[in-house]
Amino acid sequence: MSNVQTELTAAPPLTTSSDTFLLRLYVAGQTPKCVRAFENLKRICEEYLAGRYHIEMVDLLQNPQLARGDQILAVPTLVRRLPEPIKKIIGDLSNTERVLVGLDLRPGRRPNT
Amino acid sequence: MDEVTNGGLPQGRPTLVCGGAGSGKTLLAASFLLNGIVQYGEPGVLMTFEETGEELARDLASLGYDVGKLIDEGKLIVDYVRVERSEIEETGEYDLEGLFVRLEHAISSIGARRIMLDTIESLFAGLSNPGILRAELRRLFRWLKDKGLTAVLTGERGDGGLTRQGLEEYVSDAVILLDHRVQEQVSTRRLRIVKYRGSHHGTNEYPFLIDREGLSVLPVTSLGLSHPALKERVSTGVDQVDEMLSGRGYYRGSTVLLSGTAGTGKTSLAAHFVDAACRRGERCLYFLFEESPQQLVRNMRSIGIDLQQWVDRGLLHFRADRPSRFGLETHLAAMHRAVREFKPSVTVTDPVTNLLTVGTQSDVRSMLTRVIDHLKLESITGLFTSLTPGKTELEETDAGISSLMDTWIVLSIHEHNRMRRRWLSVLNSRCMAHSHSVREYMLTDQGLRVLDGEPETRGGRAVAGV
Repeated sequence: MSNVQTELTAAPPLTTSSDTFLLRLYVAGQTPKCVRAFENLKRICEEYLAGRYHIEMVDLLQNPQLARGDQILAVPTLVRRLPEPIKKIIGDLSNTERVLVGLDLRPGRRPNT
Repeated sequence: MDEVTNGGLPQGRPTLVCGGAGSGKTLLAASFLLNGIVQYGEPGVLMTFEETGEELARDLASLGYDVGKLIDEGKLIVDYVRVERSEIEETGEYDLEGLFVRLEHAISSIGARRIMLDTIESLFAGLSNPGILRAELRRLFRWLKDKGLTAVLTGERGDGGLTRQGLEEYVSDAVILLDHRVQEQVSTRRLRIVKYRGSHHGTNEYPFLIDREGLSVLPVTSLGLSHPALKERVSTGVDQVDEMLSGRGYYRGSTVLLSGTAGTGKTSLAAHFVDAACRRGERCLYFLFEESPQQLVRNMRSIGIDLQQWVDRGLLHFRADRPSRFGLETHLAAMHRAVREFKPSVTVTDPVTNLLTVGTQSDVRSMLTRVIDHLKLESITGLFTSLTPGKTELEETDAGISSLMDTWIVLSIHEHNRMRRRWLSVLNSRCMAHSHSVREYMLTDQGLRVLDGEPETRGGRAVAGV
């Protein structure tokens, strides 16, 4: 996966795997939706996951073969690869509440996060 | 199928195949895609939203397609798109560019010319924003057209429209509707072309059949009346009967109706004809709707006709089916296919009247018209036996089918001087100077023998066929 553009954030990627969020954002070119999604994601991560997240960006226009593996249909799609199970959130991530629920970061709805 | 659509599906445009569950949508679409690969060398992409690649491969293997091999040869790509609503959270705007990217990638990697999408409507179940989906589907079909790809998509039959999500709005070029109907416990599959731009298509419903050979469509009336009229004659297998038909028997490629009450020897006369044809080295296809082949062979042996030898030599082939096993249309499709495969020069349908148990007289008549059209087109002589119920007027019972026949021979039994006597007469034979006399005949261990001279008649009334 050498072609994957990687945006590294503050935290070192390999701390204890149990609490590091490995996130992959699938986009198709630099469309407004995709740019917005990345900005929203970064903001949310900084706010709720500071120091324990890692974001990969995959541009499907450059790596179309990667769409099949994660069953990508909609763009943008955010995939939470770790911790398991795999979760998918589609859209520009403009609704922070929904993103948090999708990432299992909102306590109450999924108690054992 | 190509005959029905007047040349096949529109090239470079999308076609929608819709129908209820189990109507054969996927099979029809897949056979288009796979035939394109096998017969026309056009690589194809199959995007499935419902079944996994393995499930689909297994289904299609039962129809005789080796999906795995085509994939290995780089002629086919099967992409299973899984959309599970419970696993997806939606927030904000999105589009289906991912789907486009996948399709594009699959298409360009094998140079595909044909695309199948089965069933794209599943997206509506997986994603919650129908507004986006509709806009994206519209974009998808435009995109497929711009690329000049021939696409087939399947859609589930909906309550209000042709499909649940109104897919037909987007695919305006060709819509094929499949239907799986059960009438009097008998199921029949039918196909109808609802919309087809720029093509002069048939608007009838066409029956079709799915079995191990794949899917075959049967044109209802597309044959027209253009079949050749042959002058050649073929023996009836009984010299005296030949004599009654201006001395030379039936016309090749014509249709013959043998009607009579039970036990008059219709099947015996048919067997003579088959026997004579096989002696000339011709192939015969015998449709049995009452007896089993073994029964028939045994019965005919008792009158000195050995049919088994022709079966052994591959000249005679029996197809025995209970009439109630399928609907008329399915019988028709099965007969059509059997004729196409066996390529006989003679067929016998014994008795054709048993088909009346599965359809109304007008249905049977229209089905027979189609069988006969096909036989005539192939110059196959078709012999049909018809069982007349004991008391009814003969002409009335057979009126429905007799007009389709070129030659009509009537067999009957009369009691005379405490003897049962069998009479035979040629009621009608087109374009032939046939005998108008009623002749007496006997069934002997040497076969059917026509006696010389006119039979004695009580009260001097010579009647034909009463």
